This record gives sequence, structure tokens and C-alpha cells, in this order.
Amino acid sequence: MINEINIKVIDRNGELHNLKGPIDMNLNVMELLKINELPVEGTCGGMAMCASCHVYVVSDHILPEKTFDEIAMLEESWDMQDNSRLSCQLKLSEQLEGLTIQLAPEQ
Amino acid sequence: MIQTDIIIIGAGPVGLFTVFEAGLLKLKCHLIDALPQPGGQCAEIYPKKPIYDIPGYPSILAKDLVEKLLEQIKPFSPGYTLGESAETIKKDDKGFFHVTTNKGTIHKAPVVAIAGGLGVFTPRKPPVLNLSEFEDNGVNYIIKDPSVFENKEIVISGGGDSALDWALYFTEKRKHSVTLIHRSESFRAHNDSVQKAIDYSQKGWMKLMLNAEVKEINRDENQKLNLNVNIKGNENTNIKCDNWFPLFGLTPKLGPIANWGLEIEKNAIKVNNAKDYSTNIDGIYAIGDVNTYEGKLKLILCGFHEAAIMVQSAFKHIYPNKNNVLKYTTVTGITGFDK
Repeated sequence: MINEINIKVIDRNGELHNLKGPIDMNLNVMELLKINELPVEGTCGGMAMCASCHVYVVSDHILPEKTFDEIAMLEESWDMQDNSRLSCQLKLSEQLEGLTIQLAPEQ
Repeated sequence: MIQTDIIIIGAGPVGLFTVFEAGLLKLKCHLIDALPQPGGQCAEIYPKKPIYDIPGYPSILAKDLVEKLLEQIKPFSPGYTLGESAETIKKDDKGFFHVTTNKGTIHKAPVVAIAGGLGVFTPRKPPVLNLSEFEDNGVNYIIKDPSVFENKEIVISGGGDSALDWALYFTEKRKHSVTLIHRSESFRAHNDSVQKAIDYSQKGWMKLMLNAEVKEINRDENQKLNLNVNIKGNENTNIKCDNWFPLFGLTPKLGPIANWGLEIEKNAIKVNNAKDYSTNIDGIYAIGDVNTYEGKLKLILCGFHEAAIMVQSAFKHIYPNKNNVLKYTTVTGITGFDK
């Protein structure tokens, strides 16, 4: 059984970071980014109540659907694109293996 | 000038509880906060969310925690400077700090406790060219006194509670022409407010523009604001108005504190955890989410602990020759300043 997945992150300078994250610790992508000291704020702590962990999903993974709160929050972001997600709403799971994301501009 | 024993920057849960701990030592406090109400993030970001890790409360709503704290500190009658953010700090030759806000209010005290959380809540500004030229000159991000805008043509942008609440408020006054512009079709607000807005627009009381966004701003020959609005799938249209309120919520930024000469690490203030949460400047402490040290946990409960330790040190700083002994509230009760 896999208990660690790989996630690629392109930071705001275009630099690529290869992260490894455990899937058995109830972590989400925002938390993984913070653990690795990548510059996301996660102001609301992961409640989909701010957009400070906004990322773009670059790979073509099938991800869990957005909740209403996430959609509404993203729609208020100036930088929303079709592939926008709040990284706090993406729980680390096998489904996310090989996911590539890009950090959205700072708010 | 406001004079006190401890100037507390930030009126979130930790700042509020500092008033209590200081009060037990007969130290008076004055709180400064950029938000118009006390409570910090608990009041501004998640008032209706439950918190499960406040000792003694299996679950408490953030807004209720703030209310309880306000009740708890009432005997120590703290002062408040709300809706203003601490801008500059100066230490005079007698060792007193002078903290001045962005509105020019001056506070003087021998001790400053920074309990600023993630920083000053500042408005999120839409990406509109030359916007800054119109700030406080037709464009406002926070509405303080709505009576100023009587009989004006008003445009509000945003899809959250604050944008909707103000749009409804002005519409219900029947003294304004109100247009609400929102970037999508769904609102992030109370259902009944959304329903009201739809009703009002159907009755022609206010104008609702969905999937729309202000792209440009300028002033016409009659000194009216001219907003160039992009509507998804349509040609841009111009709207004239007297005032535009882009209400897109607030986001915390460390702000001017970052330039106070404090040691900053990872966007937080470095403190002496082993001792008393003092910063590199004698007399300035940092507690709660705004500080950092090895093993730091950003929890309200940790902030409360830091406040209790910090005021003991603050007491010694203010009264170096007085001996203080820890008193238990169960033994002594609470004696406020008014009694």
C-alpha cells in the first residue's frame, strides 16, 4: 500500500518543487505546501473562507468536486481560471499521486 | 493623547485576554485594532464557526468566545481605538512608547504588547488601473458613516455579505440609486439577503448586474465617476455614479509593524519563548499568532498562555522595584478598576 504521494509545485518564480506527502495523516495540499515552507498563507486555516491557498491544477487529474463554498470563494479571486482550486480543499490521497499545481498570484 | 500601562495592538482573542491577565496585576490596557469591532479573525473571518479546543468548552462559536472574553475583561474597563491601525512607534527618553495610528491617534505606555494575529485586515482591492487616485475620493473600501452618501448614486461591487448588506441598506433608505455589480451568479452570503436583492431588483428598486466586473475608472466632465463594466459575453458598458464601493472582503497583512525594527522571521515576530515573549526591543512583547519561536503553535489557547506569562514580565518592566506574587482568582476574586 502506498502511504506517500508525490506532488509537483510550481512556485511564483516558476521554480519546480517535488514534494512528498503522507496520505494517512489527514493532510490537505495547503498544509503540505506550508509544511514545505512554500508561500501560501492559509489564513482561514482550511475552511474555504479565504482564497489565500489558491492554486492552478496543471496536470489532468480528476479531483473531488468543488463545494459551493469553494466555488464562491474562487469566484471572488481576481485570478480565477478554469483550473483554479483552493488547495485546502484537496485532501492528500492516492488519487492525487503525481498532481502538478502552480501557485496563484498573491492576493 | 491616550495614556495607559499596556498598549495592546490587536483586539483578537489573545489581545482581549491580555486585558484580563494585566488587570489581575492592576495594569490598565488600551487596545488598538484596524477592524471596527473587537474579536479579530474570530469576528471577521469565522464568527459562526465552532472552535473545539478552548479548554472547558467542548464547542464554542467564535463570536461567542469573543463575547465571553469581552464580558470577562469588562471589570478592567479597557480602552479601545477601533477602526484604526497602529502605524508608527517611538520610544521617548523616559522609556515610554508612543504608538500613533493611521488616523493620528497617539497612545503612550511603558509597555506594548503586539497581539496582531496575521496582521492588519486590509481591503482586497480589485485590479483596476488608477484605482488609488480615486481612493477616499469617490471610492471607499469600508463604509463608516453611510449618512454621508445620502441622495447619491451608488455602485457596490462584491458578492459577499458586506456587499449585499450595504446594497440592501442603501436601497431600503430609498434615498439613493443603487447598483450592485457581482462577478458571478452565485453569492457568498445569507440566503435571505440574496433573495431580497433579487426581489428588489425585480421591483426596480435597485439594479443588479451579474457576471459583471468593473474594469476601468475615470471621472467625466460633470465630476461623476465613470465605471467601465465588463459583462461576460457582452460589450463593455459605462456606468456613472457618485460613489463606488468595491467590497471584496479583507485580508490580513503584517503591515507597518514589519518596519518597527523588530526581528521578523517568516512573516512573524521573533520572541523569547523560554522567558516572557519579549521581542528584541525592550518593553515590546509579541503574543499569539503574530509571534514565532521554535515549536510555536498558532492556537488561541497558546496565545492565552503567552498573555499570562507576558504580563508578569510587563509588570516587572513597569515596576522594577516592586515584588509581585501570583494570585489565584479563586482565592481573591476579580477586583476591577471601578470598584
